[in-house]
Amino acid sequence: MKYVDEFRDQALAAGLARAIAHEAGTGRDYAFMEFCGGHTHTLSRYGIADLLPPTLRMIHGPGCPVCVLPIGRVDMAIRLALSRPGVILCTYGDCLRVPASDGLSLLKAKALGADVRMVYSAADALALAQREPGREVVFFAIGFETTTPPTALVLRQAAQQGLANFSVICNHVLTPAAIAAILEPPGGNAPQAVHIDGFIGPAHVSTIIGSRPYEAFAATHGKPVVIAGFEPLDVMQAILMLLRQVNTGRAEVENEFTRAVTRDGNLKAQALVAEVFEPRASFEWRGLGTLPDSALRIRPAFAAWDAETKFGLDYTPVPDNKACECGAILRGVKAPIDCKLFGTVCTPETPMGSCMVSSEGACAAHYNYGRFRDVPVQVTDTAASRNQETA
Amino acid sequence: MSTVKPGYARPLDLRKGRVDLAFGAGGRAMAQLVTELFARALANDYLERGDDGAVLPAPGPGERLVMSTDGHVVSPLFFPGGNIGSLSVHGTVNDLAVMGARPLYLAAGFILEEGYPLADLARIVESMAAAARAAGVQVVTGDTKVVEQGKGDGVFITTTGIGALPAGRDPGGARARPGDVVLVSGRLGEHGMAIMAQRESLAFDSEIVSDSAALNGLVEALYAAAPADAIRVLRDPTRGGLATTLNEIAAQSGVGMELDEVAIPVSPQVRAACELLGLDPLYVANEGKLVALCAPEHADALLAAMRAHPLGSEAARIGIITADPQHFVQLRTGVGGRRMVDWLAGEQLPRIC
Repeated sequence: MKYVDEFRDQALAAGLARAIAHEAGTGRDYAFMEFCGGHTHTLSRYGIADLLPPTLRMIHGPGCPVCVLPIGRVDMAIRLALSRPGVILCTYGDCLRVPASDGLSLLKAKALGADVRMVYSAADALALAQREPGREVVFFAIGFETTTPPTALVLRQAAQQGLANFSVICNHVLTPAAIAAILEPPGGNAPQAVHIDGFIGPAHVSTIIGSRPYEAFAATHGKPVVIAGFEPLDVMQAILMLLRQVNTGRAEVENEFTRAVTRDGNLKAQALVAEVFEPRASFEWRGLGTLPDSALRIRPAFAAWDAETKFGLDYTPVPDNKACECGAILRGVKAPIDCKLFGTVCTPETPMGSCMVSSEGACAAHYNYGRFRDVPVQVTDTAASRNQETA
Repeated sequence: MSTVKPGYARPLDLRKGRVDLAFGAGGRAMAQLVTELFARALANDYLERGDDGAVLPAPGPGERLVMSTDGHVVSPLFFPGGNIGSLSVHGTVNDLAVMGARPLYLAAGFILEEGYPLADLARIVESMAAAARAAGVQVVTGDTKVVEQGKGDGVFITTTGIGALPAGRDPGGARARPGDVVLVSGRLGEHGMAIMAQRESLAFDSEIVSDSAALNGLVEALYAAAPADAIRVLRDPTRGGLATTLNEIAAQSGVGMELDEVAIPVSPQVRAACELLGLDPLYVANEGKLVALCAPEHADALLAAMRAHPLGSEAARIGIITADPQHFVQLRTGVGGRRMVDWLAGEQLPRIC
């Protein structure tokens, strides 16, 4: 498969692994955070830990949209869907299983009679509203800068068409604020920040916002950022670039993902987002707390399509399950295996915390792909060599 | 004066007619549907007799009977490479075949939705008949029910099959042991992606075609190539794909597995489609693939037998059974790392078969 196989080549991976081991062979330890859930997934899905030296630790970041969604926001959607039978609540598949208050999730609310539907895109939700003029179609929009432009587009289309039965609960959040919060936890009872030598910057988010927004962060905090694609060789190359920066005392924004990311990003998408959205004064993130200027809300000009205004939805913060370590895991302070619930009462089938829901979540990724590393396993191995002759 | 008119019933309109509630009422309309459509297409002496069941001959000496059943609710009903009719034959034939049995007879239960075009129903029954002929089984009895419009989705078909298990054959999910070799008969994920591409209206340069096929011939070829005891486990990795099938076996046998990602056959089209939709081919359904776990000393002969069969030309050795108290299925990834291949969590694709 062109443009994919090149980035999954075993010989190139082995070469990168050697270069990484060489660069990391300074006698010190390194800790890098991959901000994005997409990178967490790549690391786990391809078993890249096996190709990294033991002195190099990858810490999973909070860049998984489902994971950082606080319970209160899901509760808001569930209350709306259950209390108004005329409402069709649409959202992305991963959102349906996020645990909320009273043992509910959107999926369980659906079983209780709420009309909750999975859509693949914001455009699907808009099309549904056009097909069902007698129903109120509410799109529960989540995501970082990657999914924000499509939401902006459907809001603009709804306004242009005067589509009165469509509205959006906007939960769109901003990457730069979250990266800063990892190093500078907000609030008086600031949780211990984790030591991080550098960051792998988001792939798809950066195609929209460009590499420029990370420059101030890198300079202020003295931490290198390397923007990387989501293929395994992208991630390994980015790790090598981070090591080189650290070893030479640099803290710059570098771009490994030049095939898709420019310094300025997608200006058209940015203009569209600015037309429809404005910054929220503050927004609660699961795990990171309430962060200023970290999220977007719908501009007053589009208030008729803002479900929070239209239905008078109030936000009530709800604390996470006490035993759930999602918060500390999202800040990189703890690993999934440090959570008592991990793999016992909390599994992908019965998630207690949001990190176990999406395949990009740190807990789900470790559960699905990596938990064999937690227990000693004997491997009688002749499979690989024997395969060579028959494959 | 009275005249006795010859009995006449207007034939079913198989071009423009539609299923109505009378077809499921047990009266003349239903009898007509059975005679003019089902019995004609599936033609055999058992159906011809028109009784409530089929009286079947006893199996050969030393043989035991194997029975299996499978409900089919696939959506869409027609897809590249087959339809619910052929699929309903292959589903049950394969369940019998992977038990080591020679499939012999099927029973078919139809749940039809009022208003469904008879022309489409006829196509479904014809392809069911063709699949049965190709697999060497007979549909010997059946049932038809009709539900009101909106209460079904066109056609649901349940098939139940009976097969004969020759003496000495005893494949089973609990029989894998460390050192055994995992073989797969060909490229994975084709049925699931054919359905998915159809549903999502994805157009590819070359269409993805379902692999729906009867595996009993391939299974017989394996038993001809090695002692019965060398064939430990046979499975057809349908819903949940290869990953789920191997996890089931690992749990049943109390073993682990180590697979080699590079050796697992997947067509470029399926790989590309999976990539696009964010799916893993290891979890995508197959309807005409065989997974065989076998004793290592017979693996080469069995692989050769698979490859010599038309349904197994792309067969591959993909891994090995390990001793693992956790019963994990592990995978050596293409880039040289390792990961787990876990059970499928949740539902990847509803109504795939």
